Amino acid sequence: MRRVALVTLLLGALLGAWAWVSSLESVDDLLVASPGETARALAQDWDLLWSNALVTLREVLIGLAIAVVGGAGAAVAMHLSRVLREAAYPLLVASQAIPIVVLAPIFVLAFDYGIGPKVAIVALICFFPVTVNVLDGLRSVAPEQLTLMRSLGASRLRTLASVELPAALPAFFSGLRIAATVSVIGAVFGEWAGADDGLGRLVLLGNDQLQTPRVYAGVAILTAMAVALFCLASLAERLACPWNRDERPA
Amino acid sequence: MQTKLQATPAPEARSAHRPGVVLSGVQRRFTAGRRREPVVALHGLDLAVEGEEVLGVVGPSGCGKSTLLELVAGLQEPDAGEVCVGGATADRRAACSYMPQRDLLLPWRDALGNAAIALECQGVGRREARRRAAPLFERFGLAQFERARPSELSGGMRQRVAFLRTLLPGRPVLALDEPFAALDAITRTGMQQWLADALASEPRTVVLVTHDIEEALFLADRVVVLSPRPGRVVAELDVPGERPRDRRAAVTDPELARLRELALEALG
Repeated sequence: MRRVALVTLLLGALLGAWAWVSSLESVDDLLVASPGETARALAQDWDLLWSNALVTLREVLIGLAIAVVGGAGAAVAMHLSRVLREAAYPLLVASQAIPIVVLAPIFVLAFDYGIGPKVAIVALICFFPVTVNVLDGLRSVAPEQLTLMRSLGASRLRTLASVELPAALPAFFSGLRIAATVSVIGAVFGEWAGADDGLGRLVLLGNDQLQTPRVYAGVAILTAMAVALFCLASLAERLACPWNRDERPA
Repeated sequence: MQTKLQATPAPEARSAHRPGVVLSGVQRRFTAGRRREPVVALHGLDLAVEGEEVLGVVGPSGCGKSTLLELVAGLQEPDAGEVCVGGATADRRAACSYMPQRDLLLPWRDALGNAAIALECQGVGRREARRRAAPLFERFGLAQFERARPSELSGGMRQRVAFLRTLLPGRPVLALDEPFAALDAITRTGMQQWLADALASEPRTVVLVTHDIEEALFLADRVVVLSPRPGRVVAELDVPGERPRDRRAAVTDPELARLRELALEALG
């Protein structure tokens, strides 16, 4: 309860500051829309914003799903094979260093205007945090634990299934939370490079047409989407690893 | 408890039921870092444990006690010499249950599941493994704690669950590595009594490594004292009296006091 109150207080203060800045004479209305204008745009353009938000959400969810399945799979493979790990790890890091903004138009050329390039960019952006965290989680198991499993006569697969994968779950969810927050950015980049619809495209159009309140409304929805995905990932973690909570100091 | 293995008893074994453990001329070296000299953990170690005997191994820190246990349990191979469990060099791992210092319970499994994993590792299904582990919980004072998570259990309880996990595969030899080192003194005393009773009702060949002479004299039939690295046997003490022993009588027993003196002297 106290946390909710604190967040509300901070949010209120930020909104107040925003309202104050936008009310200043010296600030151009085309540059900063006030909270009131943004709320009005949200209400007036709700149907347009919502239908475009659904398009973006779809891109985000499919991209995230691919990143989760691919990332976790890649992490397990790299965990099981040292050769693969040593060969693929630098490439994994390099994949993260690619400037997505530059890559996006190339993806659009390659995959056309449809959902393809957006999903590919979201997946590419989310793959890294998932893979790295799952790999760290798998490797976090104490050596004595592995020795014990060996002494019990466990096969490699049994140790993976009974010890290493459950041990990696909290780390997986940490990766998923990071992935969830950056996924929306990925989808927006994808839409900026070329799209027929989606919230990212709407925001870009709004910018060109100087519809500042609508741009702000779009950004607000994108942010809310990322926060909601983050919260969903946290909730899933609580449900999937209840032990993780009671191990942490209160 | 059924023993799945048909391990043949060692020729030296007094007991016909359970195989013993024989180490002869065992040497084990480790190389720490690339350019360092190899560290000799054990050098020319000879040791024999008879069937259903409890051997206590005491020694200073770093004398290779844990290495000795991992050799017995088939988790390491000697650089020289021979380690036999049940008269064969092969498959020590299948004849020996190893209990490490830390309980290593899995936080996401309840107590029963943590013990049952020992059977799951042998290919028994999860539900069947739990079903077979349950009677042990009744017998060894853990009834009603089956569904408790490790974080809800005290240190002593956790150690009991870890011991049941060691017992469950029904292997004839137990290798126990300072099982109560992490417990407070009062809990440790209680757990030693518990282990003594457990071994009386489930007799096994036991190699018990500990740094606590009292513990060794209370639990073991025979105690060997190892020298600092490289570990060699410097004293061997036969402990009088049948197990499980009466702790209160043991405190005042002049013979035990003399053995304690001897052990301390050997430890230097």
